[in-house]
Amino acid sequence: MRIATAKETYIADEGLLVTATQRAWMGVLLAMLVLAPFMLNQYWLYLACLVAINVASATGLNILTGYTGLVSLGQAAFMAVGAYTVAFFEGQVGTPFLLNILAAGLVSALVGVLVGIPSLRVKGLYLAIATIAASVILHFVFTHWVSVTGGVRGINVAPARFFGLELASPFALYFVIVPITCLMVLGAANLFRTRIGRAFIAIRDRDISAEVLGIPLLRYKLMSFALSSFYAGVAGGMWAYFFRVVTPESFPFATSIFFLAAVIVGGLGTIIGSVLGAAFMTLVPELLKYVVDWLAPIFPNAGAALSPVRTIVFGALIILFLVFEPHGLAEMVRRARRFFHLWPFRT
Amino acid sequence: MSTSSSPVETSAPVAAHLAVDGLGLWFGGLKALTDVSFEVKPGTITALIGPNGAGKTSLFNCISGFYRPRAGSIRLDGVDITRTHPPERAKAGLARTFQNIALFKGMTVLDNIKLGRHAHMKTNLLQALTYWGAARAEEMELRAEVERQIIDFLEIDHIRNKPVASLSYGLQKRVELARALAMRPRLLMLDEPVAGMNREETEDMARFILDVKEEWGISILMVEHDMAMVMDISDHVVVLNFGKVIAQGLPAEVQGNPEVAAAYLGSGDPAELMRRLSGVGEAA
Repeated sequence: MRIATAKETYIADEGLLVTATQRAWMGVLLAMLVLAPFMLNQYWLYLACLVAINVASATGLNILTGYTGLVSLGQAAFMAVGAYTVAFFEGQVGTPFLLNILAAGLVSALVGVLVGIPSLRVKGLYLAIATIAASVILHFVFTHWVSVTGGVRGINVAPARFFGLELASPFALYFVIVPITCLMVLGAANLFRTRIGRAFIAIRDRDISAEVLGIPLLRYKLMSFALSSFYAGVAGGMWAYFFRVVTPESFPFATSIFFLAAVIVGGLGTIIGSVLGAAFMTLVPELLKYVVDWLAPIFPNAGAALSPVRTIVFGALIILFLVFEPHGLAEMVRRARRFFHLWPFRT
Repeated sequence: MSTSSSPVETSAPVAAHLAVDGLGLWFGGLKALTDVSFEVKPGTITALIGPNGAGKTSLFNCISGFYRPRAGSIRLDGVDITRTHPPERAKAGLARTFQNIALFKGMTVLDNIKLGRHAHMKTNLLQALTYWGAARAEEMELRAEVERQIIDFLEIDHIRNKPVASLSYGLQKRVELARALAMRPRLLMLDEPVAGMNREETEDMARFILDVKEEWGISILMVEHDMAMVMDISDHVVVLNFGKVIAQGLPAEVQGNPEVAAAYLGSGDPAELMRRLSGVGEAA
């Protein structure tokens, strides 16, 4: 049982990690992240990088949808903008790796602001439709602006180079993708300790009283769009270096739904929810593949029969989450923490 | 928790003077307000009363910037604010609470109160993402000030980390007052601060409103149906009926006004009104 968390200063009281247990867990997590590339095989490292990319994008979407309450189905399109930016700068300008990633974020943020302009007037489902429209327009641009995007054939991306090292394998890319994602998640956590993060939540909860408190709605909604698409753009940029080819079909509309599902399964309006949700959505289909493999000896033609079932099970898992844990994985973590705080007493 | 002393008291807000002049508001053919004029003198409590549908909330919404009046002007310390947007009015020193509590349910009491200070803070997006230097210093200064000036003052230290949704109605009203005070208002507008409260909660709130007037020295404008409380704590009472000011003056003057009695009772007997009004607080 945790006895007390008395603090002597406000700085300590407003820290991101307030208990010793939290700090210990964070230490374990960081140690695992550092050791992982030396212990995992190629396949799992590939998945780890993919999870990190998806975490970055899901965190961005959670800032917009979970914290500011603006439903967006354009996250995949923003990622595509980032990926194309990287492909363009890497191939035609030849600027360094980190600069390209930053440019991906900034260009995507700019597009995000444009897409966010209708958000002052339309909310909820209507805004979601407006973001779908924006995705369609962007897709059209990707297929038709051949001189920049390479049209339907897309662009091949040269491997990232960092201080003369070529980052081509998941092992090498892990060391840039994971730290970038960690910094972005830390940035989001910091944001919600300050006036800007609070303003976002205020707009979500009750926009009229937010305005009375002196929060200009349009500016903050656009800021949220910009930040969210910056995250998507950086994620898309890392994606481009990871898969090394960008086509208009790299980021289908279903990817936007994937991210929306990730933040809902993880927990809307929580930082840990973005991380857990993205990890869940990325890894569970892979784990289900393993389950099918294990069942193969028992059911002779499991591979053929169970592969479609895998998709159904994945879908069913998401539905079960929505029904039984509407606040997502973040709520399960919170409940577990509470249990151990009070243990051995029950509540 | 320790609080470092800082010279915050010196920057205490100065009471504002509000002048509403010839205000008119109509929706299509429906006249909500007609030629409404009154003023709130610096450092006083002015109460706005009237039967349901008299236009009190419409008037409040005009003053806080949600409705655009069709005629007349609203001036704060002589500056015309009739056409400004709510965020600008917040910066000018206007704060309000809502009739049906407008707190942010998902946030803690502390975060709700901190939001009141939003317009006075400077942290930009880049500083917010890193939480370095200026951003952190500003947050810490805010926390210390909120703790010392507001949380202690309104006696809500035991609930500072609770989510607002878990609090009783009376406490939520108090947190809303706290958030409005965090805005460093020069004119505080309270929309039915004690509606739906029991007697003890009403007395607490009345005491806090008087304390705000005494210790913060700011001007207060409130809409309230609890006549016992209005008559007790107001310096000036404005009576609205069908969108017009039918009487204004000291509480005692208004109580003795036959027109006010007619508006409330349909008959013009001030004695009957006094008797009924003194019982309203408990009946409500």
